[in-house]
Amino acid sequence: MLKMTDVGKVYRADMVQTHALRDFSLTVEEGEFVAVTGPSGSGKTTFLNVAGLLEAFDSGTYELDGQDVSRLGDDARSRIRNEKIGFIFQGFNLIPDLDVFDNVEVPLRYRGWDRARRERAIRESLELVGLGSRMKHLPSQLSGGQQQRVAIARALAGSPRFLLADEPTGNLDSVMARQVLELLEQINALGTTIVMVTHDPELARRAHRNVHMLDGQVTDFTEFDSALRMREERIAAMGA
Amino acid sequence: MFSYYLKLAARSLGRTPAVSALMVLAIGLGIGVCMTMLSVYALMSGDPIPHKSDRLYAVQLDSWDPNQPAFEPDEPPRQLTWRDSMALAERTPPGVPFAAMAGVGLTFEVRDARDVRPEIVSGRATTADFFSLFDVPFLYGAGWDRLADADAAHVVVLSRELNDKLFGGEDSTGRSVEAGGQVLRVVGVIDDWSPTPRFYDLNSGVFDQTEDAFMPLAVFDRHREDWGINGSINCWEPPPAEGLFASECVFTQFWVELPDEAARRDYQAFLDAYVQEQKRLGRFQRPLNNRLSDVNDWLEINEVVADDNRVLLGLSFMFLGVCLLNMVGLLLAKFLGRAGDVGVRRALGASRAEVFKQHLTEVGLLGAAGGVAGLALAWGGLAGIRALYEDYERVAHLNLELVLVALGLAVVAGLAAGIYPAWRICRIAPAVYLKTQ
Repeated sequence: MLKMTDVGKVYRADMVQTHALRDFSLTVEEGEFVAVTGPSGSGKTTFLNVAGLLEAFDSGTYELDGQDVSRLGDDARSRIRNEKIGFIFQGFNLIPDLDVFDNVEVPLRYRGWDRARRERAIRESLELVGLGSRMKHLPSQLSGGQQQRVAIARALAGSPRFLLADEPTGNLDSVMARQVLELLEQINALGTTIVMVTHDPELARRAHRNVHMLDGQVTDFTEFDSALRMREERIAAMGA
Repeated sequence: MFSYYLKLAARSLGRTPAVSALMVLAIGLGIGVCMTMLSVYALMSGDPIPHKSDRLYAVQLDSWDPNQPAFEPDEPPRQLTWRDSMALAERTPPGVPFAAMAGVGLTFEVRDARDVRPEIVSGRATTADFFSLFDVPFLYGAGWDRLADADAAHVVVLSRELNDKLFGGEDSTGRSVEAGGQVLRVVGVIDDWSPTPRFYDLNSGVFDQTEDAFMPLAVFDRHREDWGINGSINCWEPPPAEGLFASECVFTQFWVELPDEAARRDYQAFLDAYVQEQKRLGRFQRPLNNRLSDVNDWLEINEVVADDNRVLLGLSFMFLGVCLLNMVGLLLAKFLGRAGDVGVRRALGASRAEVFKQHLTEVGLLGAAGGVAGLALAWGGLAGIRALYEDYERVAHLNLELVLVALGLAVVAGLAAGIYPAWRICRIAPAVYLKTQ
C-alpha cells in the first residue's frame, strides 16, 4: 500500500539545514494499522506530510498503491489526496462556518460526484461515526469527541484506501479518546489501511505494528499479536 | 463547482461583514466616481445620429475678417451670414437635401382659447428638408414641403411638450396658433426627439432640448423685424445701416446630406464657386476656406467634449485604481487570515486551481456588490451635477447601457484586484497551516 525507500527531507532556513527525514524507509501493507511513535522533533509529522503528499521530499522514492508518486505535479497530488487518502488531524481541522454536512462534503465536492451520490456517502459516513442526527450542527456546537468523529466521517466519506491520522486523540479526554480509537479499529477492520502518528505508547499498542522514529529515521519495529493474526488470516484467505 | 464557489463566497462575506463592507465601499466609491464621470462623458461624446452621421455635413464659409481668422489657427466661422444661408438655400443643386436655419424666440398662444396661457418658447426657423434630414419622428401630421417654403406658408410644427401645453396632447394638426403676432397653422407634432448633443446648432446650449416650434425660414424672413433671433450672433465688423440681415454677422446654420464622397466633392466645388462669385462682388476677402464637416467632425471642431472632461475622466479612473489597491490589501489580509481553511481544503484534495477559482469567485461577488453600491453613488453624483450645472441637466443621467457597463467594470475591477491575493492564498503550504490550526 505504502512503500517509502530512503526518503530524505531537508528544511532549509538561511544558513541552517534541518534533516527531518534521513534515508527513511517504511512499507505498510494493505489493511494494516500502523502506529508511528517517537519523541517531539523525531520527524513524525514530516513523515505524515510526505506520506499524505502534502509536502515534497528531496531524495528517495515513494510508491503509494503501486504508483510512484515521487515526482507528481500539484494537480495529480491533489487528485490522489482526494481519492485515495483520508486525513484525521489532532486539531480536527473542521471549517468553522460550515455545518457538519458541509464539512463532510468538502472532499466529495472536489471528487466531482453528483449531489445524490454525495448525500448518500455523507449520510453513510456520519451514521458510521454515530452523528447521523447532527448534520446541521456547526462544529462549535459539538464536543471535542464529536468534532473528531466528524473529521473521521469526512476522511471516510470518499472511501479512501488509506487513512493518515496525526495524534487523533491528542485533544480529547480519555473517554472520548477511547471511543475514537475504537472507531478507528472498526474502520480498519472494514479494510482501510491506517497509519497513525502518536507519542502515546498506550495508543500505539492498539495498532498492529509500531514504528519508532528518532532523528528522521526508523529505529525500531514492534509487531503485536493482532498484526500476526491479521497476517495469518490474510494468508489463509489467499490460500482459500 | 461555480454554484458551490458562490455559496462559499456568500458565507465568507457574511463571516466578516465589516471587512466585506469596507471592500464593497472601496470598490463602490471607485465605481461611483468613475461612472459619474463616464456617464457625462459618454453622453457628451456620443454620436447623436449614428445611422447617418457620416452623411450629414455642416457647412462653413470663411466670410470672416480679412485680417484675422474666426478661430485660430485658420478656422472659418461656425455659422453663416443670413444672406449666405438664403443664397445657398436658393442655389443648392436639386436632389441635395439641405436645411438652412436660425433660432427664433416667440410667444405662442392658442387662438380662441382664453384659458390657455401664452407660452414663451424657443423656436427654429428652417427649411422643409430639416425633418427628413435629421429623421425627426412625428406624433401627428408631418413637416411642410418645399412649396410651403417657396410660398412662405404660415405653418408650424410643434414639439410634443408644447402641444401638450397648448392643446392638452390632442392632435392639433389643422388648428391655429398665434405666434409673434402671426397666425400659424399646425401641420405636425413632433414625437419625443432630443439628439444629444443638439448637434445641428452648437452655438447656444449644446445640451439643451430641441426647440418647441419649427416654422419656415421664409416666414421668419417675412416677419424678421418683429421676431427676435434666439441664438449666438457673431460679427467681425459692425452691421450696416440695412441691419443684421444684410451684415457679415453670422447667426444661421446650414446642413446638407451628401450620400458619398463624390457628392461631397461636388458640393464642395459648388460652395467654392459660390464664394468665388462673392469674392468678385467684394466679399470673402480671406483665402478660400470653405468646409464640409460630418457630424462627428463637427462635434470635435466645436469641442463639445472639453479637455477638462477628459482629464476628469482620467482622474476618476486613477481614483478607481487607488480604491482597488486598497482592496488588494484588504483581500490579502482576509484571505491569508483563513489560510487554515485553505490548508484543510488542499489536504482534502483541492488543487491550487480550485482554490484560486474559489477566491476569485468571492472577489467577483464583491465586485458585483461594489458595482451596485457604485451605481447608487453614481446616481447621487449625477443628481449633484444636475443640481449644480444647469447645462448638464440632460447629459448627467444613467441609462441601461451605462448600468451594465458599471456592473461589468465593477466585476472586472474586483477580479483584477483579487488576482494577486487569490494567487497568494492558492500557493500556501497546507502542511504549515494544518499543524497550527
